[in-house]
Amino acid sequence: MSKKSLLARNNDLANTERQLEILSNGIFANGELPTFAKKIKETNQFPLRPKKLEILQINLGYMCNQVCAHCHVDAGPDRKEIMTVETMEQCLAVIENTGAHTLDLTGGAPEMNPNFRWFVEEASKAGIKDFIVRSNLTIIRANKKYYDLPEFFKKYNVHVVSSMPHWTRGKTDKQRGSGVFDKSIKALQELNAVGYGMPNSTLKLDLVYNPSGAYLPGDQMALEQDFKKALKDDFNIEFNSLFAITNLPISRFLDYLIASENYEDYMFALVEAYNPTAVQNVMCTNTISVSWDGWLYDCDFNQMLNLKVNSNIKHISKYNEDVLQDRNIIINQHCYGCTAGAGSSCQGVVA
Amino acid sequence: MSKTYYDPADLRKFGNISDWNKELGDSFFEYYGKVFEEGALSAREKSLIALAVSHTEQCPYCIDAYTKDGLQRGITKEEMMEAVHVGAAIKSGATLVHSVQMMNKVNKLEM
Repeated sequence: MSKKSLLARNNDLANTERQLEILSNGIFANGELPTFAKKIKETNQFPLRPKKLEILQINLGYMCNQVCAHCHVDAGPDRKEIMTVETMEQCLAVIENTGAHTLDLTGGAPEMNPNFRWFVEEASKAGIKDFIVRSNLTIIRANKKYYDLPEFFKKYNVHVVSSMPHWTRGKTDKQRGSGVFDKSIKALQELNAVGYGMPNSTLKLDLVYNPSGAYLPGDQMALEQDFKKALKDDFNIEFNSLFAITNLPISRFLDYLIASENYEDYMFALVEAYNPTAVQNVMCTNTISVSWDGWLYDCDFNQMLNLKVNSNIKHISKYNEDVLQDRNIIINQHCYGCTAGAGSSCQGVVA
Repeated sequence: MSKTYYDPADLRKFGNISDWNKELGDSFFEYYGKVFEEGALSAREKSLIALAVSHTEQCPYCIDAYTKDGLQRGITKEEMMEAVHVGAAIKSGATLVHSVQMMNKVNKLEM
Protein backbone atom coordinates (compact mmCIF):
# COMPACT_ATOMS: atom_id res chain seq x y z
CA MET A 1 0.00 0.00 0.00
CA SER A 2 1.21 3.49 -0.80
CA LYS A 3 2.42 5.59 2.12
CA LYS A 4 1.70 8.84 0.28
CA SER A 5 -1.41 10.81 -0.62
CA LEU A 6 -2.65 10.99 -4.22
CA LEU A 7 -1.58 14.64 -4.13
CA ALA A 8 2.01 13.80 -3.20
CA ARG A 9 2.06 11.09 -5.89
CA ASN A 10 0.84 13.59 -8.51
CA ASN A 11 -1.97 11.16 -9.20
CA ASP A 12 -4.48 12.25 -11.84
CA LEU A 13 -7.31 11.85 -9.30
CA ALA A 14 -5.84 14.45 -6.94
CA ASN A 15 -7.56 16.76 -9.42
CA THR A 16 -11.19 16.99 -8.28
CA GLU A 17 -12.42 18.03 -11.73
CA ARG A 18 -11.02 14.80 -13.12
CA GLN A 19 -12.96 12.86 -10.47
CA LEU A 20 -16.20 14.63 -11.36
CA GLU A 21 -15.54 13.93 -15.04
CA ILE A 22 -15.20 10.20 -14.33
CA LEU A 23 -18.40 10.23 -12.25
CA SER A 24 -20.34 11.92 -15.06
CA ASN A 25 -19.00 9.97 -18.02
CA GLY A 26 -19.13 6.32 -19.04
CA ILE A 27 -22.06 4.35 -17.66
CA PHE A 28 -23.85 7.54 -16.56
CA ALA A 29 -23.33 9.41 -19.83
CA ASN A 30 -24.49 6.53 -22.03
CA GLY A 31 -27.62 6.01 -19.96
CA GLU A 32 -26.73 2.53 -18.72
CA LEU A 33 -27.26 3.90 -15.21
CA PRO A 34 -29.45 6.90 -14.26
CA THR A 35 -27.71 9.96 -12.84
CA PHE A 36 -28.44 10.69 -9.18
CA ALA A 37 -30.49 13.74 -10.16
CA LYS A 38 -32.66 11.63 -12.46
CA LYS A 39 -33.08 8.99 -9.77
CA ILE A 40 -34.28 11.38 -7.06
CA LYS A 41 -36.61 13.07 -9.55
CA GLU A 42 -38.49 9.76 -9.79
CA THR A 43 -39.60 10.24 -6.18
CA ASN A 44 -39.98 14.03 -6.38
CA GLN A 45 -36.96 14.63 -4.15
CA PHE A 46 -35.20 16.97 -6.57
CA PRO A 47 -33.82 19.49 -5.83
CA LEU A 48 -32.46 18.24 -2.52
CA ARG A 49 -33.01 20.91 0.15
CA PRO A 50 -31.66 21.34 3.68
CA LYS A 51 -33.85 20.71 6.73
CA LYS A 52 -33.13 22.12 10.19
CA LEU A 53 -29.39 22.60 10.73
CA GLU A 54 -28.18 20.31 13.52
CA ILE A 55 -24.51 19.66 12.94
CA LEU A 56 -21.55 21.86 12.12
CA GLN A 57 -18.84 19.56 10.84
CA ILE A 58 -15.47 21.24 10.88
CA ASN A 59 -12.45 19.79 9.15
CA LEU A 60 -9.42 20.89 11.16
CA GLY A 61 -6.93 19.80 8.49
CA TYR A 62 -5.94 17.03 6.13
CA MET A 63 -2.80 16.01 8.03
CA CYS A 64 -3.00 12.50 9.44
CA ASN A 65 -0.60 9.97 10.94
CA GLN A 66 -2.22 7.24 8.79
CA VAL A 67 -2.60 6.75 5.04
CA CYS A 68 -5.72 4.59 4.74
CA ALA A 69 -6.31 2.94 1.38
CA HIS A 70 -9.91 4.13 1.10
CA CYS A 71 -9.54 7.67 2.52
CA HIS A 72 -11.92 10.13 0.82
CA VAL A 73 -9.95 13.03 2.24
CA ASP A 74 -6.67 11.80 0.71
CA ALA A 75 -5.22 12.56 4.15
CA GLY A 76 -1.74 11.66 5.30
CA PRO A 77 1.45 12.93 6.94
CA ASP A 78 2.38 14.77 3.75
CA ARG A 79 -0.76 16.95 3.75
CA LYS A 80 -0.02 20.39 5.16
CA GLU A 81 -3.51 21.92 5.00
CA ILE A 82 -4.26 22.86 8.62
CA MET A 83 -6.91 25.23 9.99
CA THR A 84 -5.39 28.44 11.36
CA VAL A 85 -6.38 30.16 14.63
CA GLU A 86 -7.88 32.98 12.55
CA THR A 87 -10.28 30.58 10.79
CA MET A 88 -11.00 28.87 14.13
CA GLU A 89 -11.98 32.27 15.55
CA GLN A 90 -14.37 32.77 12.64
CA CYS A 91 -15.85 29.33 13.41
CA LEU A 92 -16.23 30.26 17.10
CA ALA A 93 -18.12 33.41 16.15
CA VAL A 94 -20.51 31.22 14.18
CA ILE A 95 -20.79 28.66 16.99
CA GLU A 96 -22.02 31.37 19.37
CA ASN A 97 -25.02 32.11 17.17
CA THR A 98 -25.78 28.91 15.31
CA GLY A 99 -28.90 26.82 15.71
CA ALA A 100 -26.76 23.70 15.34
CA HIS A 101 -26.44 21.69 18.57
CA THR A 102 -23.53 19.46 17.60
CA LEU A 103 -19.95 20.27 16.69
CA ASP A 104 -18.38 17.44 14.71
CA LEU A 105 -14.59 17.70 14.42
CA THR A 106 -12.87 15.74 11.71
CA GLY A 107 -9.74 15.73 9.56
CA GLY A 108 -7.21 14.17 8.82
CA ALA A 109 -6.50 13.51 12.43
CA PRO A 110 -8.15 16.55 14.03
CA GLU A 111 -5.97 16.12 17.12
CA MET A 112 -2.88 16.90 15.00
CA ASN A 113 -3.98 20.49 14.56
CA PRO A 114 -1.72 22.32 17.08
CA ASN A 115 -4.69 24.39 18.28
CA PHE A 116 -7.12 21.49 18.56
CA ARG A 117 -7.40 21.59 22.37
CA TRP A 118 -7.68 25.35 22.49
CA PHE A 119 -10.47 25.18 19.92
CA VAL A 120 -12.43 22.56 21.90
CA GLU A 121 -12.05 24.63 25.08
CA GLU A 122 -13.24 27.81 23.36
CA ALA A 123 -16.14 26.04 21.65
CA SER A 124 -17.14 24.65 25.02
CA LYS A 125 -17.14 28.17 26.49
CA ALA A 126 -19.22 29.28 23.49
CA GLY A 127 -21.89 26.84 24.61
CA ILE A 128 -21.34 23.67 22.61
CA LYS A 129 -22.43 20.68 24.70
CA ASP A 130 -22.38 17.97 22.09
CA PHE A 131 -18.89 17.44 20.70
CA ILE A 132 -17.94 14.71 18.30
CA VAL A 133 -14.31 14.01 17.55
CA ARG A 134 -13.59 11.60 14.72
CA SER A 135 -10.46 10.01 16.09
CA ASN A 136 -8.47 7.40 14.22
CA LEU A 137 -7.44 5.85 17.59
CA THR A 138 -3.77 5.33 16.70
CA ILE A 139 -3.14 9.05 17.19
CA ILE A 140 -3.58 8.46 20.94
CA ARG A 141 -0.55 6.15 20.80
CA ALA A 142 1.39 8.03 18.10
CA ASN A 143 3.34 10.36 20.36
CA LYS A 144 3.64 11.10 24.09
CA LYS A 145 1.97 14.47 23.63
CA TYR A 146 -1.24 12.63 22.69
CA TYR A 147 -1.20 10.05 25.50
CA ASP A 148 -3.56 12.14 27.67
CA LEU A 149 -6.17 12.60 24.92
CA PRO A 150 -8.61 10.18 26.61
CA GLU A 151 -8.56 12.40 29.73
CA PHE A 152 -8.95 15.53 27.61
CA PHE A 153 -11.92 14.00 25.77
CA LYS A 154 -13.44 13.05 29.10
CA LYS A 155 -13.06 16.55 30.51
CA TYR A 156 -15.18 18.01 27.70
CA ASN A 157 -17.51 15.02 27.47
CA VAL A 158 -16.44 14.58 23.86
CA HIS A 159 -18.31 11.88 21.98
CA VAL A 160 -15.52 9.81 20.40
CA VAL A 161 -16.20 8.20 17.03
CA SER A 162 -13.45 5.94 15.77
CA SER A 163 -12.81 3.91 12.66
CA MET A 164 -12.35 0.17 12.99
CA PRO A 165 -12.73 -1.78 9.74
CA HIS A 166 -12.67 -5.23 11.29
CA TRP A 167 -12.19 -7.12 14.52
CA THR A 168 -9.27 -9.03 13.03
CA ARG A 169 -5.71 -7.75 12.67
CA GLY A 170 -5.28 -8.81 9.02
CA LYS A 171 -8.25 -6.94 7.58
CA THR A 172 -7.62 -3.83 9.67
CA ASP A 173 -3.94 -3.48 8.81
CA LYS A 174 -4.58 -4.10 5.12
CA GLN A 175 -6.91 -1.11 4.95
CA ARG A 176 -5.30 1.23 7.45
CA GLY A 177 -1.62 0.31 7.50
CA SER A 178 0.68 -2.11 9.27
CA GLY A 179 0.44 -2.05 13.07
CA VAL A 180 -2.79 -0.03 13.11
CA PHE A 181 -4.81 -2.86 14.63
CA ASP A 182 -2.63 -3.34 17.72
CA LYS A 183 -2.40 0.41 18.37
CA SER A 184 -6.17 0.80 17.91
CA ILE A 185 -6.85 -1.99 20.39
CA LYS A 186 -4.55 -0.34 22.92
CA ALA A 187 -6.24 3.03 22.38
CA LEU A 188 -9.71 1.50 22.81
CA GLN A 189 -8.60 -0.11 26.07
CA GLU A 190 -7.32 3.26 27.28
CA LEU A 191 -10.61 4.92 26.37
CA ASN A 192 -12.45 2.17 28.24
CA ALA A 193 -10.16 2.73 31.23
CA VAL A 194 -11.31 6.35 31.65
CA GLY A 195 -14.94 5.27 31.24
CA TYR A 196 -15.56 5.54 27.50
CA GLY A 197 -18.05 3.04 26.08
CA MET A 198 -18.59 1.39 29.46
CA PRO A 199 -22.04 0.29 30.62
CA ASN A 200 -23.78 3.06 32.62
CA SER A 201 -21.18 5.64 31.57
CA THR A 202 -22.20 8.87 29.89
CA LEU A 203 -18.96 8.93 27.89
CA LYS A 204 -19.83 7.72 24.42
CA LEU A 205 -17.52 5.68 22.25
CA ASP A 206 -18.84 4.62 18.85
CA LEU A 207 -17.02 2.73 16.15
CA VAL A 208 -17.24 3.27 12.42
CA TYR A 209 -17.08 0.29 10.12
CA ASN A 210 -16.53 0.72 6.43
CA PRO A 211 -15.83 -2.14 4.04
CA SER A 212 -12.22 -2.87 3.11
CA GLY A 213 -12.96 -3.32 -0.56
CA ALA A 214 -15.40 -2.94 -3.43
CA TYR A 215 -18.52 -4.05 -1.62
CA LEU A 216 -21.25 -2.45 0.46
CA PRO A 217 -21.55 -2.72 4.23
CA GLY A 218 -23.84 -5.44 5.56
CA ASP A 219 -26.56 -5.01 8.14
CA GLN A 220 -25.40 -2.52 10.79
CA MET A 221 -27.04 -4.36 13.71
CA ALA A 222 -25.59 -7.75 12.74
CA LEU A 223 -22.12 -6.25 12.28
CA GLU A 224 -22.40 -4.46 15.62
CA GLN A 225 -23.17 -7.75 17.36
CA ASP A 226 -20.21 -9.47 15.71
CA PHE A 227 -17.88 -6.59 16.61
CA LYS A 228 -19.11 -6.44 20.19
CA LYS A 229 -18.67 -10.15 20.76
CA ALA A 230 -15.24 -10.37 19.15
CA LEU A 231 -13.79 -7.25 20.83
CA LYS A 232 -15.18 -8.30 24.21
CA ASP A 233 -14.04 -11.92 23.96
CA ASP A 234 -10.60 -11.19 22.54
CA PHE A 235 -9.63 -7.89 24.16
CA ASN A 236 -12.26 -7.12 26.83
CA ILE A 237 -13.20 -3.95 24.93
CA GLU A 238 -16.60 -2.26 25.23
CA PHE A 239 -18.16 0.34 22.97
CA ASN A 240 -21.61 1.86 22.40
CA SER A 241 -22.68 1.64 18.76
CA LEU A 242 -21.25 0.63 15.45
CA PHE A 243 -21.92 2.89 12.44
CA ALA A 244 -21.75 1.08 9.11
CA ILE A 245 -20.62 3.58 6.48
CA THR A 246 -20.52 3.03 2.73
CA ASN A 247 -17.34 4.01 0.90
CA LEU A 248 -18.11 6.79 -1.58
CA PRO A 249 -16.54 6.54 -5.02
CA ILE A 250 -14.23 9.55 -4.71
CA SER A 251 -10.55 10.23 -4.06
CA ARG A 252 -8.43 7.23 -3.02
CA PHE A 253 -11.35 4.82 -3.03
CA LEU A 254 -12.23 5.87 -6.58
CA ASP A 255 -8.59 5.38 -7.56
CA TYR A 256 -8.73 1.88 -6.07
CA LEU A 257 -12.05 1.06 -7.80
CA ILE A 258 -10.67 2.04 -11.19
CA ALA A 259 -7.27 0.36 -10.74
CA SER A 260 -8.88 -2.90 -9.58
CA GLU A 261 -11.50 -2.78 -12.38
CA ASN A 262 -14.31 -2.71 -9.85
CA TYR A 263 -15.66 0.75 -10.67
CA GLU A 264 -18.60 -0.24 -12.89
CA ASP A 265 -19.73 -3.16 -10.71
CA TYR A 266 -19.53 -0.95 -7.64
CA MET A 267 -21.64 1.79 -9.25
CA PHE A 268 -24.19 -0.80 -10.37
CA ALA A 269 -24.32 -2.14 -6.81
CA LEU A 270 -24.84 1.37 -5.39
CA VAL A 271 -27.61 2.21 -7.87
CA GLU A 272 -29.29 -1.16 -7.40
CA ALA A 273 -29.31 -0.62 -3.62
CA TYR A 274 -30.76 2.91 -4.01
CA ASN A 275 -33.30 3.57 -1.28
CA PRO A 276 -35.53 6.66 -1.65
CA THR A 277 -36.29 6.62 2.09
CA ALA A 278 -32.60 7.13 2.82
CA VAL A 279 -32.64 10.30 0.69
CA GLN A 280 -34.89 12.01 3.25
CA ASN A 281 -32.24 11.76 5.95
CA VAL A 282 -28.91 12.06 4.16
CA MET A 283 -26.51 14.06 6.29
CA CYS A 284 -26.26 17.03 3.91
CA THR A 285 -29.86 17.85 4.93
CA ASN A 286 -28.86 18.66 8.54
CA THR A 287 -25.14 19.44 8.31
CA ILE A 288 -22.83 22.18 7.10
CA SER A 289 -19.26 21.15 6.39
CA VAL A 290 -16.45 23.68 6.92
CA SER A 291 -13.04 23.12 5.35
CA TRP A 292 -9.65 23.86 6.97
CA ASP A 293 -9.58 27.16 5.08
CA GLY A 294 -13.12 28.18 6.00
CA TRP A 295 -15.10 27.34 2.85
CA LEU A 296 -18.59 25.92 3.26
CA TYR A 297 -19.88 22.68 1.76
CA ASP A 298 -23.00 20.50 1.89
CA CYS A 299 -20.93 17.60 3.25
CA ASP A 300 -17.38 16.37 3.76
CA PHE A 301 -17.52 14.51 0.43
CA ASN A 302 -18.51 17.61 -1.53
CA GLN A 303 -15.67 19.37 0.30
CA MET A 304 -13.21 16.81 -1.06
CA LEU A 305 -14.66 17.29 -4.56
CA ASN A 306 -14.34 21.08 -4.11
CA LEU A 307 -18.10 21.57 -4.64
CA LYS A 308 -18.80 24.65 -2.50
CA VAL A 309 -22.34 25.38 -1.33
CA ASN A 310 -24.71 26.76 -3.91
CA SER A 311 -25.32 30.01 -2.03
CA ASN A 312 -24.14 33.60 -2.04
CA ILE A 313 -22.56 32.77 1.32
CA LYS A 314 -19.65 30.46 0.63
CA HIS A 315 -17.21 31.24 3.43
CA ILE A 316 -17.34 31.02 7.23
CA SER A 317 -16.25 34.69 7.47
CA LYS A 318 -19.54 35.70 5.80
CA TYR A 319 -21.69 33.07 7.53
CA ASN A 320 -25.43 33.72 7.58
CA GLU A 321 -27.50 30.72 8.54
CA ASP A 322 -30.81 31.91 7.10
CA VAL A 323 -29.31 32.66 3.71
CA LEU A 324 -27.35 29.40 3.73
CA GLN A 325 -30.32 27.25 4.64
CA ASP A 326 -32.19 28.54 1.61
CA ARG A 327 -30.12 26.64 -0.96
CA ASN A 328 -30.19 23.62 -3.22
CA ILE A 329 -27.78 20.89 -2.19
CA ILE A 330 -25.18 20.04 -4.83
CA ILE A 331 -25.43 16.43 -5.94
CA ASN A 332 -23.52 14.13 -8.24
CA GLN A 333 -23.19 10.39 -8.76
CA HIS A 334 -21.08 9.94 -5.59
CA CYS A 335 -24.30 10.70 -3.65
CA TYR A 336 -25.51 7.15 -4.43
CA GLY A 337 -23.06 6.12 -1.70
CA CYS A 338 -25.23 7.77 0.96
CA THR A 339 -28.53 6.33 -0.29
CA ALA A 340 -27.60 2.66 -0.79
CA GLY A 341 -29.46 0.10 1.30
CA ALA A 342 -30.19 1.44 4.75
CA GLY A 343 -28.33 4.61 3.77
CA SER A 344 -25.05 5.94 5.08
CA SER A 345 -23.98 9.02 6.97
CA CYS A 346 -21.36 10.00 9.51
CA GLN A 347 -23.87 8.64 12.06
CA GLY A 348 -24.30 5.32 10.23
CA VAL A 349 -27.55 4.15 8.65
CA VAL A 350 -30.33 6.68 8.09
CA ALA A 351 -33.28 4.54 6.96
CA MET B 1 -24.63 -12.68 -28.63
CA SER B 2 -21.72 -13.40 -26.34
CA LYS B 3 -18.96 -15.72 -27.57
CA THR B 4 -18.53 -17.28 -24.15
CA TYR B 5 -21.04 -19.19 -22.03
CA TYR B 6 -20.47 -17.13 -18.90
CA ASP B 7 -20.36 -13.33 -18.65
CA PRO B 8 -19.92 -11.82 -15.14
CA ALA B 9 -22.17 -8.91 -16.19
CA ASP B 10 -25.06 -11.39 -16.67
CA LEU B 11 -25.36 -11.82 -12.91
CA ARG B 12 -26.97 -8.39 -12.50
CA LYS B 13 -29.52 -9.39 -15.19
CA PHE B 14 -30.71 -12.33 -13.06
CA GLY B 15 -33.94 -10.48 -12.28
CA ASN B 16 -34.75 -10.40 -16.00
CA ILE B 17 -35.82 -14.06 -15.88
CA SER B 18 -39.21 -12.75 -14.71
CA ASP B 19 -39.64 -10.93 -18.05
CA TRP B 20 -40.61 -14.13 -19.86
CA ASN B 21 -42.61 -15.68 -17.06
CA LYS B 22 -43.56 -13.14 -14.44
CA GLU B 23 -45.60 -15.42 -12.21
CA LEU B 24 -42.99 -18.14 -11.83
CA GLY B 25 -40.12 -15.66 -11.78
CA ASP B 26 -41.72 -13.57 -9.05
CA SER B 27 -42.59 -16.69 -7.03
CA PHE B 28 -39.03 -17.89 -7.26
CA PHE B 29 -37.55 -14.55 -6.08
CA GLU B 30 -40.05 -14.30 -3.27
CA TYR B 31 -39.13 -17.82 -2.13
CA TYR B 32 -35.42 -17.10 -2.57
CA GLY B 33 -35.65 -13.96 -0.47
CA LYS B 34 -37.52 -15.74 2.31
CA VAL B 35 -35.01 -18.60 2.41
CA PHE B 36 -32.19 -16.20 3.21
CA GLU B 37 -34.01 -14.28 5.94
CA GLU B 38 -32.93 -14.60 9.55
CA GLY B 39 -34.60 -17.73 10.91
CA ALA B 40 -33.63 -20.76 12.98
CA LEU B 41 -30.33 -20.26 11.15
CA SER B 42 -28.76 -16.81 11.05
CA ALA B 43 -28.46 -14.99 7.72
CA ARG B 44 -24.70 -15.27 8.22
CA GLU B 45 -24.83 -19.08 8.55
CA LYS B 46 -27.03 -19.27 5.47
CA SER B 47 -24.57 -17.17 3.51
CA LEU B 48 -21.77 -19.63 4.31
CA ILE B 49 -23.96 -22.61 3.35
CA ALA B 50 -24.81 -20.85 0.07
CA LEU B 51 -21.11 -20.26 -0.57
CA ALA B 52 -20.27 -23.94 -0.04
CA VAL B 53 -23.15 -25.08 -2.26
CA SER B 54 -22.17 -22.52 -4.93
CA HIS B 55 -18.87 -24.37 -5.18
CA THR B 56 -20.29 -27.87 -5.26
CA GLU B 57 -22.78 -26.66 -7.91
CA GLN B 58 -19.81 -25.00 -9.63
CA CYS B 59 -21.92 -21.93 -10.38
CA PRO B 60 -19.59 -18.97 -11.12
CA TYR B 61 -22.40 -16.45 -10.67
CA CYS B 62 -23.24 -17.88 -7.26
CA ILE B 63 -19.58 -17.91 -6.22
CA ASP B 64 -19.25 -14.21 -7.15
CA ALA B 65 -22.49 -13.37 -5.37
CA TYR B 66 -21.85 -15.24 -2.12
CA THR B 67 -18.20 -14.27 -1.84
CA LYS B 68 -19.29 -10.64 -1.97
CA ASP B 69 -22.21 -11.35 0.35
CA GLY B 70 -19.81 -12.91 2.85
CA LEU B 71 -17.47 -9.91 2.75
CA GLN B 72 -20.43 -7.60 3.34
CA ARG B 73 -21.32 -9.60 6.42
CA GLY B 74 -17.78 -9.40 7.76
CA ILE B 75 -17.17 -13.11 7.14
CA THR B 76 -13.43 -13.74 7.02
CA LYS B 77 -11.62 -15.52 4.22
CA GLU B 78 -10.63 -18.27 6.66
CA GLU B 79 -14.32 -18.91 7.37
CA MET B 80 -15.10 -18.90 3.66
CA MET B 81 -12.37 -21.41 2.85
CA GLU B 82 -13.51 -23.71 5.65
CA ALA B 83 -17.04 -23.59 4.27
CA VAL B 84 -15.78 -24.56 0.81
CA HIS B 85 -13.89 -27.46 2.37
CA VAL B 86 -17.15 -28.67 3.90
CA GLY B 87 -18.61 -28.74 0.39
CA ALA B 88 -15.49 -30.39 -0.97
CA ALA B 89 -15.50 -33.00 1.79
CA ILE B 90 -19.09 -33.95 1.00
CA LYS B 91 -18.30 -34.06 -2.72
CA SER B 92 -15.27 -36.31 -2.21
CA GLY B 93 -17.08 -38.32 0.45
CA ALA B 94 -19.94 -38.83 -1.97
CA THR B 95 -17.47 -40.15 -4.53
CA LEU B 96 -15.65 -42.36 -2.08
CA VAL B 97 -18.71 -43.79 -0.38
CA HIS B 98 -19.71 -45.16 -3.79
CA SER B 99 -16.55 -47.24 -3.73
CA VAL B 100 -18.38 -49.46 -1.27
CA GLN B 101 -20.63 -50.36 -4.19
CA MET B 102 -17.52 -51.09 -6.25
CA MET B 103 -16.15 -53.28 -3.47
CA ASN B 104 -19.49 -55.06 -3.13
CA LYS B 105 -19.56 -55.69 -6.87
CA VAL B 106 -15.98 -56.99 -6.94
CA ASN B 107 -16.73 -59.31 -4.03
CA LYS B 108 -19.84 -60.56 -5.75
CA LEU B 109 -18.20 -61.17 -9.11
CA GLU B 110 -14.88 -62.62 -7.96
CA MET B 111 -14.60 -66.22 -6.99
